[in-house]
Amino acid sequence: MLSRRLIPCLDVRDGRVVKGVRFRDHVDMGSIEELALRYRDEGADELVFYDITASPDGRDVDVAWVERVARLIDIPFCVAGGIRSVDTARRVLHAGADKVSVNSPALERPELVDELAAAFGVQCVVVGIDSLRDEDGEWRVRQYTGNPDKTRSLPRRTLDWVDEVQGRGAGEIVLNCMGSDGVRTGYDIEQLAAVRRRCSVPLVASGGAGAREHFAEVFRRADVDAALAASVFHSGQVPIPQLKDFLAGEGIEVRRDA
Amino acid sequence: MSRVVLIDSGGSNIGSVRYALQRLGVDAPLTRDAETIRAAERVILPGVGAAAPAMARLREAGLVDLVRSLRQPLLGVCVGMQILFEHSEEGDVECLGLLRGAVRKLPAGPGVRIPHMGWNRLRHAGDEPLLEGIRDGAHAYFVHSYGVADSPDAIATCGHGQPFVSMARRGSVAGAQFHPERSASVGARLLENFIR
Repeated sequence: MLSRRLIPCLDVRDGRVVKGVRFRDHVDMGSIEELALRYRDEGADELVFYDITASPDGRDVDVAWVERVARLIDIPFCVAGGIRSVDTARRVLHAGADKVSVNSPALERPELVDELAAAFGVQCVVVGIDSLRDEDGEWRVRQYTGNPDKTRSLPRRTLDWVDEVQGRGAGEIVLNCMGSDGVRTGYDIEQLAAVRRRCSVPLVASGGAGAREHFAEVFRRADVDAALAASVFHSGQVPIPQLKDFLAGEGIEVRRDA
Repeated sequence: MSRVVLIDSGGSNIGSVRYALQRLGVDAPLTRDAETIRAAERVILPGVGAAAPAMARLREAGLVDLVRSLRQPLLGVCVGMQILFEHSEEGDVECLGLLRGAVRKLPAGPGVRIPHMGWNRLRHAGDEPLLEGIRDGAHAYFVHSYGVADSPDAIATCGHGQPFVSMARRGSVAGAQFHPERSASVGARLLENFIR
């Protein structure tokens, strides 16, 4: 039986891992290699590196650190941020990343998803979606969320976008529920469950993890394939080995033989 | 002479297998050169992408007959394993026919998402030197949409809705559907068993 995956997300800026509070005031957390190894040893199932400088600045991802990570760790990892063309994706994948994740550039030009799937196969193509409920009760996507000054609300409904990107070749979807992001009160079960019903590819929950119970809840109630989190892992508040023991005790299939 | 070589079949993150071997202290060149491949003690056929382009690249490089005639141990990884079988439904392509069975699209179902992506358990299908030191039920990392439902050459299986072949071996030809280079200690042990 397929395990539920736990995925720490590391924000990368200028070759270092940083932590921001609501996308501002970044604090240096350490070197990329050091944290990648730490999480690998703790039993993380996969890592996401989000290059927070690349996308809003229109810069390409620096692939030197991608290659260093690929040489070092023996678990899969995905690179997000700043990937807006097949060429850039190719450089990142050739450097050793297993997957690339696209978000704002796919909203600018949805054909990018088709192009990436045709060039590398759907298994390499992750679409990240930032979503927030509007006053009329509809979930809609947000663009350029990496920079609060540039963030835009779009008329596109989240559920429609989930349908569209699957049709275009997304092999996995990461749904970042912005309403619960950073507040540590649990994942947005209602929204994730609604997206799950429309999503036949793997679905990754993001935004809101604050305690180990939140992980059990999102796997059980929203049936997501993986749960992504940043601050609870970085702070050590929810250590991955203890979290996996807890989830296994709850009858949730996890990998414990790192 | 290189002890271990990787056939450069062009896939996107083909370097990862090379890095995994480097972590084991083995520097394996990535090559399309027939002489280098023929002279190696161990040959690995990595592969990411789809079966039809992988076969086309082998054909363009003039390596189809060479791979079929190798006597030294050969290990195919992911799509590299799939093209060792007889036929793939992905692109309806004739494959190398070194392992018995056919590659088909994995069936989706309630709670069974395709691609099959993530860590799943290897179930041993008998005594096998390649699986030495790897526990029955150990997790390996998979990412694929096609697979072989059944083969007389299966040495390990896995389940995602339906059972499928996670490792196969016939004589000196072996394959792993998962990614040993991304399967933590379990994957490292498989590579070690293959190259030693």
